[in-house]
Amino acid sequence: MKVLKKTFFITAIFSIPFFITTILFAQLPAFLIPPAEFKAFDTPNDAGETVSLTWSASPSDAPDVFYILYIDRDKDGAFEKEAMRIKSNTSYRTGAPEIYGYKKGNGNYHYVQLFPRKIFNGETIDKKQVYYFKLAIAAGDSKIILDTIASARAQGNWLHMKKANNFAILIILSAIILYFIVHARRNPNMFLRKIGGLDAVDEALGRATEMGKPVLFVHGLTSMGSISTIAAISILGRIARKIADYDANLKVVNNDPIVMSVSQEVVKESYLEAGRPDAYNPDNVFLVASEQFPYVAAVGGIMTRERPAANFFVGYFYAEALILAETGATTGAIQIAGTDAYTQLPFFITTCDYTLIGEELYAASAYLSREPMLMGTLRAQDVGKGLLILVLILGTILASFGLTFITHLFEAF
Amino acid sequence: MRKDSGFFILVGAMGLFVSINIFLMTSGKLPFSFDGFGIILGAGLTLAIYSFLYKDNAAFKIVENLYVGVSLGYTIIITWFNFLKPDLYDPLIIPMFSKAATKSPQYALIIPSLLGLFMLLRFSRRLSWLSRWTFAFVVGLGAGVSIPRVISAFILEQIKPSLHPVFSGGETIFSSINTLLIMLGVISVLIYFIFSVEHKGAIGKVSKIGIWFLMISFGASFGYTVMGRLSLLIGRIQFLLKDWLGILQ
Repeated sequence: MKVLKKTFFITAIFSIPFFITTILFAQLPAFLIPPAEFKAFDTPNDAGETVSLTWSASPSDAPDVFYILYIDRDKDGAFEKEAMRIKSNTSYRTGAPEIYGYKKGNGNYHYVQLFPRKIFNGETIDKKQVYYFKLAIAAGDSKIILDTIASARAQGNWLHMKKANNFAILIILSAIILYFIVHARRNPNMFLRKIGGLDAVDEALGRATEMGKPVLFVHGLTSMGSISTIAAISILGRIARKIADYDANLKVVNNDPIVMSVSQEVVKESYLEAGRPDAYNPDNVFLVASEQFPYVAAVGGIMTRERPAANFFVGYFYAEALILAETGATTGAIQIAGTDAYTQLPFFITTCDYTLIGEELYAASAYLSREPMLMGTLRAQDVGKGLLILVLILGTILASFGLTFITHLFEAF
Repeated sequence: MRKDSGFFILVGAMGLFVSINIFLMTSGKLPFSFDGFGIILGAGLTLAIYSFLYKDNAAFKIVENLYVGVSLGYTIIITWFNFLKPDLYDPLIIPMFSKAATKSPQYALIIPSLLGLFMLLRFSRRLSWLSRWTFAFVVGLGAGVSIPRVISAFILEQIKPSLHPVFSGGETIFSSINTLLIMLGVISVLIYFIFSVEHKGAIGKVSKIGIWFLMISFGASFGYTVMGRLSLLIGRIQFLLKDWLGILQ
């Protein structure tokens, strides 16, 4: 018992300094350690709206310790305007790989971006204005303001150098495409595998001609800026050419006035190519409605009343896909769909006779026309896919051994 | 005879709809106000649209035309207030012709305005060729803007997360299997979309695996979207049963 008492007494004696130290350190303000290496610079690769600031992490960093940035337009100013306040355990350089990459030491430095014009909102500011910054570390009522004044001017950049990978891919793919276009012109019988849905196009058009019923071409909802609409226009041209040959009736419904005008031009040109300009009726390429569901209601109505023998749904579709395809299916028409809207593909697959999945839509126009330019482009895309497969295999193997440089080459900023 | 039966069904349905509404209003379940009539109108339009499930009929045709007309009117208003007024009328037309205007006219807007007017020249046989300038501009701009976006979204954004280490410290065997499955899925689907090679032999087998991956993802997407559509249907039925008939509380 005596030994136990003695042990307790000694432990208590030794514990006192520990408790005192803990209490003292718990009162953070007295022990705030200011950060160092406070710098400001113009944010690279931007439009000239932001300024970047960085400083080293402090041993005092904790959730209840804050960094406060003050801004002034004058170096000798009062620095009273608070530009930003962040928790000291947040905003590190690791969050800005576009500037600092993936270095291991990035976690030891803080990094923030400021929009000085927004901070001085409403004030007239010269474009060449230099901004001055001061950094403070604060916890509770205590605050330490660093003496260092960092300065920077927000300047715009003509080139976004971090998008160089995007540009390089563009150049490489363009070079491959150009090469294969030239190659396709020299070898017009380039091989292209069969695409199931496209073989059915002739079948559908033949059926419509035999039945004396119209063929309905339904555009998606996107405008001419969309690649799927451009592909749809290309397919429409080929369908219109065959329709003109067969002397059948083609109706093209549109949701967008520009797509409608382009479709009119393309159909007209196809009829001219077929030597049947007299058969072209511009009223058969028409705008139905510019809103999504009125478009659906109107196209559904056309399907049930005119009962086309074949329906083509080509382009980018949204929620209207199933309603349109289901209505078409109830009328007994042959239905061929082509879309790269992957959320709508399941609906077309279940309700249409043939569906061009994703890139098959782009391949379709090449397959139908056998034009060297499209054939060459398609071959180049295949080469591009082969390269991507190589990159995927090689990159995964290297990443598995800790070599991540290929992974970072494909960073999108 | 068939046509007559369709007519009688339509008249009967409309009579029933009117009777129900008279009952709802006289019994006080629907207020005799604009709100009440708004609910009746909404319920009527909803039922007319759903009548298409039975077959094409006059009520559906009326609502279809109304829907298209309303959407056109709505588009015109949106075009004026969201585009023409803030982007053309206010910065160019008003400063040019109003003496009270404080800002100078933005003459650069004349170029896009002219391009817009060229579109309307399609109605003139002699000048319709000018509309091609506008189309060339729109198509060219669309392609130019979309190419870097497509490279970023469909190549860079897809490849980077796929380059995941198969095995790395702290990860379980299941995460390695997951990575390998993703690799297999991505590569086999890419091979399915290669058009220059006949899908026979090893390529054919891998592309078949790709189709399986595609169909599984489509199945998942189908189920997910159907659930979303059902919630829309529930919303409509709730409107009919709660707001209109007052059966649900």
